Amino acid sequence: MRGIRAAAVVTLATALAATLTGCGGGTSTDEGGSNDSPKTLTYWASNQGPNIEADKKILTPELKKFEKETGIKVKLEVVPWSDLLTRILAATTSGQGPDVLNIGNTWSASLQATGALLPWDDKNFEAIGGRDRFVDSAVASAGAEGQPPAAVPLYSLAYALYYNKQMFADAGIDGPPATWDELVADGKKLSKDGKWALGAEGGNLSNNIHQVFALGQQHGDNFFDESGKPTFTTDGNVAAVKQYVDFMAKDKIIAPGNAEYAQNQSLTDFAKGKTAMVLWQAAASTFASQGMKPEDWGAAPVPVPSGAPGAGAQVNSMVAGINIAVFKNTKNIEGAKKFVKFMTSDGEQKLLNKTYGSIPPVAAAQSDPAFAAPDLKVLRDTLANSAAPLPQVPEESQFETAVGTAVKDLWADAASGTPVTTESVKKRLDKAQQQMQQ
Amino acid sequence: MTSTVTPPVRKSGSGADQGDGGARRRRLPRIPDRIRQGGLPYLLLLPAVLLELLVHIVPMVIGIVMSFRELTQLYINNWGNAPWRAFDNYKIAVDFDAPLGEALLHSFYVTCLFTVITVGLSWLFGMAAAVMLQENFRGRGLLRAVFLTPYALPVYAAVITWAFMFQRDNGMINHVLHDQLGLTDEPSFWLIGDNSFIALVVVAVWKSWPFAFLMLMAGLQNIPRELYEAASIDGAGIWQQIRKITLPSLRPVNQVLVLVLFLWTFNDFNTPYVLFGESAPEAADLISIHIYQSSFVTWNFGTGSAMSVLLLLFLLLVTAVYLVATSRGRKGSGAE
Repeated sequence: MRGIRAAAVVTLATALAATLTGCGGGTSTDEGGSNDSPKTLTYWASNQGPNIEADKKILTPELKKFEKETGIKVKLEVVPWSDLLTRILAATTSGQGPDVLNIGNTWSASLQATGALLPWDDKNFEAIGGRDRFVDSAVASAGAEGQPPAAVPLYSLAYALYYNKQMFADAGIDGPPATWDELVADGKKLSKDGKWALGAEGGNLSNNIHQVFALGQQHGDNFFDESGKPTFTTDGNVAAVKQYVDFMAKDKIIAPGNAEYAQNQSLTDFAKGKTAMVLWQAAASTFASQGMKPEDWGAAPVPVPSGAPGAGAQVNSMVAGINIAVFKNTKNIEGAKKFVKFMTSDGEQKLLNKTYGSIPPVAAAQSDPAFAAPDLKVLRDTLANSAAPLPQVPEESQFETAVGTAVKDLWADAASGTPVTTESVKKRLDKAQQQMQQ
Repeated sequence: MTSTVTPPVRKSGSGADQGDGGARRRRLPRIPDRIRQGGLPYLLLLPAVLLELLVHIVPMVIGIVMSFRELTQLYINNWGNAPWRAFDNYKIAVDFDAPLGEALLHSFYVTCLFTVITVGLSWLFGMAAAVMLQENFRGRGLLRAVFLTPYALPVYAAVITWAFMFQRDNGMINHVLHDQLGLTDEPSFWLIGDNSFIALVVVAVWKSWPFAFLMLMAGLQNIPRELYEAASIDGAGIWQQIRKITLPSLRPVNQVLVLVLFLWTFNDFNTPYVLFGESAPEAADLISIHIYQSSFVTWNFGTGSAMSVLLLLFLLLVTAVYLVATSRGRKGSGAE
């Protein structure tokens, strides 16, 4: 009996000690960076190319270049998108993360709220050449308004309407639609004989959010009010979500099967000539890898109610893109800033964005003729004139999950023939909103 | 270690005895003996206990601590500073009128139904296959190997294959059911909507019945053949033999098997996660994936932990009741 009691005491003591050390693990991160190991950096890159290996091949020579310039060796890990946010959360919790990392720009405000990322105040921006070098809309999507950004824009993207020229010609349509009414009218001509007008990724929560956000802007709503409170059930937001799902439910220009797409199957359908249009960000390299020739497809601005994209109710895209951030507890803070400076230098910006088919958020780098190609010009104009950042609120990540799931469930209704009504949309959005407020 | 520790104890014990009465002299030396004899098993268990602590108990304790704190994104960077919230997280989880509690309760019901069906079918298939493969015939070894394949395959690879097969437009299931057999008017969705529950059960049963088969097959080997021979001489048919000999003899195996299957199935995370991604359809919203979503996707680790602790308590309770009930039953039948 005594033996058991002793064992129990030892067990409990060990457990408590371990709990305390476990708790203590995170505390070191508050101190800010140091320069204890000035010769190395760890960098988590996001997957921008066709696959992880391709990214490694593209980035490694650049990192060698950086090592030659500064003597700092960069250890690269390319993290797939499916793991990236979880990995960042784990790194934030444990304090054991990389020095520099890429983040999806929509996560900026959420990650900013954790306090784990280095704030880019004027002094830090000065170290990389100043805030003025960057396009405004890109900096606006790097953190909550009124606070120093939590990251620096690295690659910028926007949505465009990609269309299959041959299918348009076959249906007797002479150009891409500029308004939603035109898109639906064209769509009805295109959707026949097992072919469909528009593709969608119904099971991809982020993509659902991107689409209904732009439509929400056109209906004059933003999903969050000025104070950062969710307003999912306003008339404008309900109308936006309904309009998007109605392309399948009412207009029947999206194939029902798209409701379960989540692995870019809609791009495959497009490349195979099964669908005539997709709304996507920088899809050129994917089309090429699926065997499409550049002359097979065209790119146009995403339709807006008036036909002329602009600010306010004529916004036709979110500001999409990748930001580069520094973990505050890095042991090489100077080196990390040097690396961010290197990655956002004009030369690297031109080279990397050209390779990845994105737009440089650095204004000076945009002058490169490579970014004047017709499809990239559409993206560039959209970013400059008619793109708005997703709500920069700490709950952005929850918003994507809650509303993204609501839209996913509505796709499932539409696909199975369950009527999608204003009430049913409102009910789903109401549920999503209640989940946000607990 | 025992030999170096015990002699001084014995010495001092005997030294103290010199001045005392003889009655204590006999009792005292027996304690070190007991420690010496009883210590070795504990010593041998020590590495296992330490690892168990490290791998299981410590994370569990940390999880329980987390469930009493407001561990949202604002505090994960420095979670020693997360405010204590006493039972607030639990109140949110069990407030079944509010959306979060309601969703958790729904998820709990779905999981219970899923577990009962999956364990039932797995056991039934395992039992049927084990009984059929009892007789020696050509190809028995091959069949056994084939039956065990799902158990040997890595979960991720297996389930992702199922996910492809369940796709509406290009999946094999619809190709067979709709295109070839014409059983449905329209190709059905299996990964979204209500059918997702069926898809989930199919994959889970496929994945876990070989384990039931393996355990029951091993159990069947231990039943003496003479019992069956005697029974058939007495005129018992196959069903009577199964009911009167096979099932009672398998009772101890079944007791453990059903419990293990229950715990595995109830906690199954891999199958729904690989099949549906991070947001499962309502009809297939198993509790493990629900908790994952409540913590990782919405960054609220406090509420997620509280839900996990509730799940742990529920499973402990079920396990305890089950073990008490089945053991009592066994004693009763043993006395007959």
